[in-house]
Amino acid sequence: MDYKVKSVLVDAAGFNRTITRLAHEIIERNRGTADLAFVGMQTRGVYLARRLAQKIAEIEQMNVPVGVLDTTMYRDDYRTALKQPKVQATEIPFDLYNMNVVLVDDVLYTGRTVRAALDALMDIGRPKRIQLAVLVDRGHRELPIKPDFVGRNVPTSMNEEVRVLMSEVDDEDSILLVEVTQS
Amino acid sequence: MSLLAHKHMLGLVDYSEQEITMILDTAMRMKDILDRPVKKVPTLRGVTVVNLFFEASTRTRISFELAEKRLSADTLNFSASGSSLSKGETLLDTALNIEAMKIDVVVMRHKSPGSPHFLARHLDSVIVNAGDGTHEHPTQALLDMLTLREKFGTLKGLRVCLVGDISHSRVALSNIIGLKTMGANVTLCAPATLIPRDVQKFGVDITHNLDEAIQNCDALNILRIQLERQTAGLFPSLREYQKYFGLTRERLAKASSPLTILHPGPMNRGVEITSDVADSEHSVILQQVTNGVAVRMAVLYLLAGAQPQPA
Repeated sequence: MDYKVKSVLVDAAGFNRTITRLAHEIIERNRGTADLAFVGMQTRGVYLARRLAQKIAEIEQMNVPVGVLDTTMYRDDYRTALKQPKVQATEIPFDLYNMNVVLVDDVLYTGRTVRAALDALMDIGRPKRIQLAVLVDRGHRELPIKPDFVGRNVPTSMNEEVRVLMSEVDDEDSILLVEVTQS
Repeated sequence: MSLLAHKHMLGLVDYSEQEITMILDTAMRMKDILDRPVKKVPTLRGVTVVNLFFEASTRTRISFELAEKRLSADTLNFSASGSSLSKGETLLDTALNIEAMKIDVVVMRHKSPGSPHFLARHLDSVIVNAGDGTHEHPTQALLDMLTLREKFGTLKGLRVCLVGDISHSRVALSNIIGLKTMGANVTLCAPATLIPRDVQKFGVDITHNLDEAIQNCDALNILRIQLERQTAGLFPSLREYQKYFGLTRERLAKASSPLTILHPGPMNRGVEITSDVADSEHSVILQQVTNGVAVRMAVLYLLAGAQPQPA
């Protein structure tokens, strides 16, 4: 698989503005930060969740706990995937019971990863409510899953992908539209 | 294709440092699952595992079965007693008939060394060796290594002494191979009659003096003295063995630094280890049992991967 960058959808400044807007929307929809918690999905969802928590701390002067979720063990393609993925850490250092959990991921696509995440969360605890925040919704849903908070809606074709780059792991903040070419 | 370079787990002799590290890292994630309110994940839903035990087992069998259930696999248990083996059916026919029932993984224990290798040549299923005679017991060594890595942070440079019946111990062989692969220093301590010939080729040190060994190691893995060997004249008496090679509180007190004590079980309390040592703060024996489930979950997850799907 080779990738060709078709366009830069969001640059670093836009990236920060999008995070800020999402943080405001989350605060407004939840009427503050009481019982609010973020759970970031491995890998970039974790960094996004931390950024959102940091932004909310700046806006509200309140610390929102952040957990980390790996959905590998809940995927429905274990037997059909060419290679099962490496299992990463799940660390939720707070009780989920009666919390308003915002599940955070970078790109929403088929919805299968979110489905896996919902199963995983239910096994770990019983939140009062789970909301979904994504930086990019690229469409092509295969399950009836709809995000509550969306940074950018990006219509894509099947041979395109959305790449989210974050400075924590990629040395820059940006969102790219890339074309996948068979090598 | 699994994440590992092997389809089967027949012995640690086949596995690289990177692969063992991946199994141990994956096992740590499995331990997280075991600490949750719901100790079960749907990963192996649709996978059928048969536990083919031709020899007595408590810990290993329960541990594998629990690991399979924690991963939502369908589990079948086979034991030799009361099976068609007593009617003269061969091992291969038994295995082929079970495989014809559309199973995916065989976890096997057998008294004959090499029996899982034999099945691996004839079956399409993934084979996991749960102990083959005096040859290997790879998942036991993996759980021992996980326990040591948890305690010390790394296996590289760790000084581990295996004490007891090295000659007849599959646990010992797998531990020697695994620990050496991971960069640990391994010493064997036993009467000369219980040390196999040519074992030096693995790069191990040998001593017949437990007090000396205790001064030069970080962890002791005490092997079960197999009482059935006692009649073979390999050592004069259990009492004499206990005097020279039994781990006691007094012996442990002479160590220059605190030691970690492992034992694969089942223990002969008062023979190779006294109760006050087995139950002391130095002992990680029950952690080994917990880690056993996590390691077996990791092995099953990594090996029972994508299978060819029917068109």
